[in-house]
Amino acid sequence: MKVKLISAPYLVWMAVFIVVPLIMVGYFAFTDGNGHFTLEYIADVAQYTNIFIKSIWLAAIATVICLVVAYPVAFILTRLETKVQGTMLMIVMLPMWMNFLLRTYAWMTLLGNNGLINRLFELVGIGPFKMLNTEGAVVLGMVYNYLPFMILPLYSVMVKIHKSILEAAADLGCNSRETLFRVVLPLSLPGVNSGIIMVFVPAISTFIISRMLGGGGNLLIGDLIEMQFLGNSYNPNLGAGISLVLMVIILLIMTIMNQFNDDDDKVLL
Amino acid sequence: MKKLSRIYISLVLMFLYAPIFVLIVFSFNTTKSRSVMSGFTFDWYQKLFQNELIMMSLRNTLIIAVIASLSATILGTAAAIGISSMRKFPKMVIINITNIPIINPEIVTGVSLMLLFVFFAARMNLEFGFVTLLIAHITFNVPYVILNVMPKIRQMDPHLYEAAQDLGCNSVQAFFKVVLPEILPGVISGLLMSFTFSLDDFVVSYFTSGSTSQTLPITIYSMTRRKVSPEINALSTIIFAVVVIVLIVKNVIENRPVKPFLKAKEEGR
Amino acid sequence: MVNILTFYKRYVNATKQSCRNIYIYKNSSKTLTIYCFSTKVYIVGLFFEQPSARAENLTGGRIEMENIISLKNISVKFDGERILNDINLEIKDKEFVTLLGPSGCGKTTTLRIIGGFITPNGGKVLFEDKEINDIPPHKRNVNTVFQRYALFPHLNVYENIAFGLRVKKLPEKVINQRVGEMLELVNLMGYEKRSVNRLSGGQQQRVAIARALINRPRVLLLDEPLGALDLKLRKEMQIELKRIQQSLEITFIYVTHDQEEALTMSDTVVVMNNGDIQQIGTPVDIYNEPVNAFVADFIGESNILDGLMIKDCLVEIGGREFECVDSGFGENTPVDVVIRPEDVKLVSPDDAKINGLVQSVIFKGVHYEMLVEAYDFSWIVHSTQAAEVGSAVGIKFAPSDIHIMKKMEKANKTYLIGTPEEEI
Repeated sequence: MKVKLISAPYLVWMAVFIVVPLIMVGYFAFTDGNGHFTLEYIADVAQYTNIFIKSIWLAAIATVICLVVAYPVAFILTRLETKVQGTMLMIVMLPMWMNFLLRTYAWMTLLGNNGLINRLFELVGIGPFKMLNTEGAVVLGMVYNYLPFMILPLYSVMVKIHKSILEAAADLGCNSRETLFRVVLPLSLPGVNSGIIMVFVPAISTFIISRMLGGGGNLLIGDLIEMQFLGNSYNPNLGAGISLVLMVIILLIMTIMNQFNDDDDKVLL
Repeated sequence: MKKLSRIYISLVLMFLYAPIFVLIVFSFNTTKSRSVMSGFTFDWYQKLFQNELIMMSLRNTLIIAVIASLSATILGTAAAIGISSMRKFPKMVIINITNIPIINPEIVTGVSLMLLFVFFAARMNLEFGFVTLLIAHITFNVPYVILNVMPKIRQMDPHLYEAAQDLGCNSVQAFFKVVLPEILPGVISGLLMSFTFSLDDFVVSYFTSGSTSQTLPITIYSMTRRKVSPEINALSTIIFAVVVIVLIVKNVIENRPVKPFLKAKEEGR
Repeated sequence: MVNILTFYKRYVNATKQSCRNIYIYKNSSKTLTIYCFSTKVYIVGLFFEQPSARAENLTGGRIEMENIISLKNISVKFDGERILNDINLEIKDKEFVTLLGPSGCGKTTTLRIIGGFITPNGGKVLFEDKEINDIPPHKRNVNTVFQRYALFPHLNVYENIAFGLRVKKLPEKVINQRVGEMLELVNLMGYEKRSVNRLSGGQQQRVAIARALINRPRVLLLDEPLGALDLKLRKEMQIELKRIQQSLEITFIYVTHDQEEALTMSDTVVVMNNGDIQQIGTPVDIYNEPVNAFVADFIGESNILDGLMIKDCLVEIGGREFECVDSGFGENTPVDVVIRPEDVKLVSPDDAKINGLVQSVIFKGVHYEMLVEAYDFSWIVHSTQAAEVGSAVGIKFAPSDIHIMKKMEKANKTYLIGTPEEEI
């Protein structure tokens, strides 16, 4: 009994700084400036449906690209010699430790009209192409920033596939391709699940990538929210409304993804 | 097949590192151009260190990171111990709430805390600044500490604590002499994780800091929005160098005790 | 049941001398041997006992004794270490062959070379007289039962077993029928939909065997498959495996470090150590005529002593001369002398050339194991009669029970299974 009391300070903290703020979001979303209940702001959110759809769409594309690119990387890593594996993993993960903003900023310089890539095209005689401030740039930024978050869960699940299982598949007649589809893929699904969640959630809610690489013309949910609080039009109620809708969307996605999980792997919701 | 793997991984690595290397290279450029290299100089590094704003935000960031991670570790470790001895239902509820800052998009965490502070600012004369920033950092750090410590508690033999008491320790002594050493790896990894997240955090800090308590990422953000200056490149290079050194040191430390064990294993064959 | 069988085997070997008549009954797959000692005492021989003459084909009629697998001059190096040293091995069709040896002797490596998971640094692997060095595992007509079964966790029992057939894209009806046959063969009917993660060790084992056999390979490779099972289950599975091998008439290549297992199941035993083959022979041959001290010590227990071969059929042990039946070692040559514990008789000190003191007596169920100290050597003696601890006894053995072999290097003289480098 006594032991439980040690956690009391945290429980208080948790209540005040995790639970209450969320209640605040709800409060602001459903009341107007004078504290009266209203659905006005929630209804307002509907006018931004196209932005919601765009955010979901771009995040989905980025997630799929990350999955396709990361899957072979994770698999190749697990088949390396044990000594080399740790080092290679570190090398692949290293960019993740660099500051997020700087990484995005780097692409700004590369993609600009006077940027390095256009210069290289110039040398060959083509371009310049408009790459910055496009949807493509935003997706590129998402993929670049979140790729390690897809590699890591895939790797940690694949590394648990024992070598003898792959040998058994070969022993029973599978060539490399068949081994991949019949054995590796099904066994790596929990990792795919985690990876999708770990990429999609930040991708759908970012505002930095869309602002730095998308210019003003590619607003996403994150930008919307930010604008309501720290932007020119201060409208915390609307901002809270949008945040609430965002949370609901994410909750839905995670519930769907949980259906594909085994009981032990289910993310606690 | 092996050749293909190598080529693929090299391509992915090039994709990951190219932007960073471009940043690094152009930090030594004599002009501000981001695509044409005119000469080699350390000027920008000098300017960097003379930039008051950057130095101040660096100092802020470090102070916040240290205090926040230490507080979060103490709070979280105590929490983990208390939570571990709870019954199933309360435990599940609390763990779910603890997971919220981890699963929620950063922007929602930032916005919800901001709303909390806004709501109470008027009533308690609270200003956005150091305190709010610190509270925010501790809030998103504690769940990671709990996440790291709880598995260690679960793995620990529950009778160790009783054995210590049986041999004469009171509760506090038993904790420090017996329990803490057992869970220390989890505590330390939680501490390091918190420290890293605090150093690098942008979104939550963005919504909960004041003008006097800017952190480095926030300063970087405003720099990237204004005129382009290779000081940012110089900063990136330094951060990259630090990250590389830290990871190398960490790898060397982790690999050292393993080596003699591996050798013995091979000889025993 | 198998314990008694093993006892019979040892006891029979020891008493064959005094047997009046031996009656042997053979049919297409089994041999029944009855040893007659007197009108009242008969000992019935092992079900699976194979006669020493390997050439005789017991499978009724079909004499295909080609070498289904040949290893020629195989050598494997890893990290500068020689794992296999110029191995030459012929494996006959439809035989149960066991690769036997301590950990690290190279037996698993040899098996994996046949399976195609390791490429030898030198030498050729021949399957049905064709070289298969460059053929990958999935194209070889061999299947493997892995040490920890390697069952696919995401498939149930039915799908695991059917896996090889699905890869070959056989029609559903055929797959269904064959899986049914396999389930019957390994006694797992009704388990089709079970998840393999919820099976016991023995059940997983049987799924692994079924999964391999359903592909009707000509050769089945088994990598210490019974290691993780408890003793009773292991003994049962040994009989099962032997039965399956004989009824399906497939070549089994079995790897183990358990010599009793090897003697129980095999037609041929290949004893290996340190990357070399020490001896190839039937279980009876290996047990009765070990070719060197390592084999003698690894198979069964033995007393290995220093001796001096004075001349043909005469050897000096502990300063005393004994008649023996081996020759060809030259004159006054130092040799290793091996005497099996069950061949040593304890008599009164006056009746024997060697006298000693009984150090310990341990009841082992099948016999008593006694340690007798004589001339700085601890003799191991197996007998159904116990001696008294501390009593003075005489050690006696027949000339035919003295096995002479060439002296091995000092470092290899006495072996403990599993630690080949340790010198005792």
